[in-house]
Amino acid sequence: MANLVSDFIGIRSPNPFWLASAPPTDKEYNVVRAFKAGWGGVVWKTLGEDPPVVNVSSRYGAFSYNGTRIAGFNNIELITDRPLEVNLQEIKSVKRQFPDRAVVVSLMVPCEEESWKNILRQVEETGADGIELNFGCPHGMSERGMGSAVGQVPEYVEMVARWCKKHSRMPLIVKLTPNITNILGPARAAKRGGADAVSLINTIQSIMSVDLDVMAPTPVVGGKGTHGGYCGPAVKPIAMHMVADIARDPECQGLAISGIGGISNWHDAAEFISLGASTVQVCTAAMHHGFRIVEDMADGLNNWMDSRDFADIRAFTGMAIPNYVHWQDLNLNYKIVANIDQDACIKCGLCHIACEDTAHQAVGALRIDGARRYEIIEEECVGCNLCMHVCPVENCITMQERDEGKPFLTWQDHPNNPMRRQAAE
Amino acid sequence: MTSVMDVPADIASGRLPLRDYETNFEDATPPLSRKQALIEAARCYYCYDAPCMEACPTGIDIPSFIARIAADNVKGSATTILEANIMGGTCARVCPTEILCEQACVRTAQEQKPVTIGSLQRYATDWLFERGIQPFTRAEPTGRKIAVVGAGPAGLSCAHGLAVLGHEVTVFEARPKPGGLNEYGIAAYKLTNDFAQREVDFILSVGGITIEHGKALGRDIHLAELRADYDAVFLGLGHNAVNALMIEGEGLEGVVNAVDFIAELRQAADKSTLPIGRRIVVIGGGNTAVDAAIQSKRLGAEDVTIVYRRGPDGMSATHMEQEWAQTSGVRIKHWAQPRQVIAMDGRVREVEFEYTMLNEEGRLTGTGEFFRVPADMVFKAIGQCFVPASIGAGELNGVLEFRPDGRFAVNEDRQTSLPNVFAGGDCVAGIDLTVSAVQDGKLAAAAIHRQLSAS
Ligand SMILES: Cc1cc2nc3c(=O)[nH]c(=O)nc-3n(C[C@H](O)[C@H](O)[C@H](O)COP(=O)(O)OP(=O)(O)OC[C@H]3O[C@@H](n4cnc5c(N)ncnc54)[C@H](O)[C@@H]3O)c2cc1C
Ligand SMILES: Cc1cc2nc3c(=O)[nH]c(=O)nc-3n(C[C@H](O)[C@H](O)[C@H](O)COP(=O)(O)O)c2cc1C
Ligand code: SF4
Ligand code: SF4
Ligand code: SF4
Repeated sequence: MANLVSDFIGIRSPNPFWLASAPPTDKEYNVVRAFKAGWGGVVWKTLGEDPPVVNVSSRYGAFSYNGTRIAGFNNIELITDRPLEVNLQEIKSVKRQFPDRAVVVSLMVPCEEESWKNILRQVEETGADGIELNFGCPHGMSERGMGSAVGQVPEYVEMVARWCKKHSRMPLIVKLTPNITNILGPARAAKRGGADAVSLINTIQSIMSVDLDVMAPTPVVGGKGTHGGYCGPAVKPIAMHMVADIARDPECQGLAISGIGGISNWHDAAEFISLGASTVQVCTAAMHHGFRIVEDMADGLNNWMDSRDFADIRAFTGMAIPNYVHWQDLNLNYKIVANIDQDACIKCGLCHIACEDTAHQAVGALRIDGARRYEIIEEECVGCNLCMHVCPVENCITMQERDEGKPFLTWQDHPNNPMRRQAAE
Repeated sequence: MTSVMDVPADIASGRLPLRDYETNFEDATPPLSRKQALIEAARCYYCYDAPCMEACPTGIDIPSFIARIAADNVKGSATTILEANIMGGTCARVCPTEILCEQACVRTAQEQKPVTIGSLQRYATDWLFERGIQPFTRAEPTGRKIAVVGAGPAGLSCAHGLAVLGHEVTVFEARPKPGGLNEYGIAAYKLTNDFAQREVDFILSVGGITIEHGKALGRDIHLAELRADYDAVFLGLGHNAVNALMIEGEGLEGVVNAVDFIAELRQAADKSTLPIGRRIVVIGGGNTAVDAAIQSKRLGAEDVTIVYRRGPDGMSATHMEQEWAQTSGVRIKHWAQPRQVIAMDGRVREVEFEYTMLNEEGRLTGTGEFFRVPADMVFKAIGQCFVPASIGAGELNGVLEFRPDGRFAVNEDRQTSLPNVFAGGDCVAGIDLTVSAVQDGKLAAAAIHRQLSAS
């Protein structure tokens, strides 16, 4: 049995699976259920100053793809709509009941030192393990100068982080918004401000769909819609890129990462961890299926770690980062070609039409005694993977290495590159 | 021991509680809901050069019509279907998809579970019919007149194809109702709620088609007149005779052609008035045999036995149909051929069979051993045929070419040996199914149009 125990910037939890700050962590009732189900920690639904915000009715939009419900999800909810005192009381109570779990409190208050100082003092009294600054909320709050409005300006991020370290001894996580061109800007700013960790990503600005009858974006609120925050399985690739960029950035070394974005199962979690996250946070998957999923996640991660002889999370944290390189460092002489397993092929023709119309005319469509047969024309195949991706039969098309005896050669040294590195004289 | 001969022949109507008749003849496969249709449509891979499409005799663009269901363009979906197969609604219900499109579906190869193309086809066409949408518009009138004989799938398909192109079509039909075997032959639980007539109404609603009922070729009208009065003629006559058993007792009361029994059943408004034997023997191995057997059972017959002279693989009823007969409580007895129907007081009591086997040359022979099956009624279902004499073939001899089996010889355009006479459906060679009859009519319409446009 691998050891799943996590120590994240001094915050201990029995496993690296935390619930992200969102409706699942909005109140004691939910969080108690979550802890009973086995979640290692929670980031409490973001607290703000009283009077609490007011939410609209009709709050969520979803992207269903080919019969898959909630491939992507979005919301137009704000931070907690309950009074601050109620939340603080409940946080205290939960922490008392579950001392071994991580209870982190998410915060968002106006960009004034006094406001932060004030709320930090109150949170500290609850016995919470740490705080997470919500610089990510892409809607509603940013219009009020909070959330991603702050997260998009590195100087503000640094300033608020500094205030928090000044007025509190609690470990500090800065949650980053993806609604920015280069994630390293705010990540480095958080580091400079003294943050112990970053968590990412928050949701992505989005319009989920347009109701063509009403002619309004969904979710529709009385005939109108607004942009919301996109999350769920569909955003995972975007999130992982940002996580990995921070993990390999020399300036961000020492900053812990809590990975968030589309994590639904152990496999997703393992991928984030391999890219440098040391805890992961989940929202949409829990909202889709309930808290019970954590058991499968922990079990799956455990079995996989055993199969790879990883004793604990640390053993593979960031393990893929040395292999995450810039394009110019890839070997241009590495060659693969597609191969079709004719016994597995069901003759759907998708590989052929995809390659024929949009790639390299490298899948021939034959008829042998009337029977269909699809064959790779190796001379034409550039190893782009398109056919492998369109093939509906798993492992029917595989990409195979061809050793052409050519040396390792990157773009930096390629003759076609006018700026190529010159060999030393 | 009492012999079967001591028991009186038992044929009666109203064997079942009244409401059982209703449920017994309800839709055999209920339609998909929107949700079910979307889930099923999502299973389709949208194949390129799709094998399913090639396996559909009318060549419906299946990946396209399914993708349109998935994209919530059901009207476009139904139109795609109907453009290739004007009886897409009936075919969705009656096609033996297990030997056609669904057998070829790549998901059959992948997981033995094809996309249920038939049920999706029904979903789309039902959607269109429920909304009374007419997806076709007629071209400007051409002034050309075409005679179609037979208002079955072949005839109506041809008529519709020509009418849409602007030609004026007169359909001559011997029977009082249109639809051919859709109305008189297909099992009741495959085409419920008068679907055959509703579909004919839809086909006619495009305009340009007139049906004259009670007009039989060879009796009321003649090919020579039609050829003189019309620019072209299409013959969609179907089968017009039933193969005989050629055994003693075949003429007895209670020995009935399965197709006649089915036609009567299809026309009966109140199924509880139909007399049915307690013990039924059906002789044959095709879908007609299966349909007659199952429908006997559903009318309240107690013991129904299909006897077929070869093994299960020799039956022209598909494996699915055979299985369905068996789960409906029909017994199928293989490897036996009828020798005589035995009567008492002029009524059927038993059928005597001889066991059969394949001899060394692979030919079917009797084994010399016999057995009897008690029966109050015997249905003959050993195949139908086309007898040219009935349409006054005498006068056509030498002019019109026939195949050795009596059916019209046609080329790939469904043109007979007479240049302006075309034929299709069961009265020409090919697989005898609704869908192939529709295809024949469609091909002939296109060829007739080409011919008329050229002249
Ligand atoms: C019991 C039974 C069950 C079947 N079940 C199925 C099934 O489940 N699925 C399937 O695909 N196929 C089934 N078939 C086959 C299918 O019904 C036929 O292949 C199809 O109807 C052939 O169409 P058609 O237009 O050629 O002939 P028909 O449908 O027979 O139509 C011919 C029309 O021509 C008329 N006619 C005939 N002679 C003359 C004349 N001399 N003058 C004027 N009019 C004339 C007839 O009255 C009839 O209306 C079944 C057949 C039978 C008998
Ligand atoms: C393989 C591939 C290569 C692309 N190359 C380019 C490119 O060279 N220039 C560009 O502006 N966009 C490029 N794009 C982006 C597309 O133009 C488009 O903006 C993007 O795929 C989003 O559209 P879609 O996902 O709706 O198709 C590329 C996309 C793909 C999939
Ligand atoms: S999940 Fe449905 S029932 Fe529950 S609060 Fe939201 S809208 Fe209401
Ligand atoms: S996509 Fe895959 S299954 Fe389909 S034809 Fe190509 S190799 Fe065969
Ligand atoms: S073969 Fe099956 S999966 Fe492919 S297009 Fe046809 S129905 Fe769809």
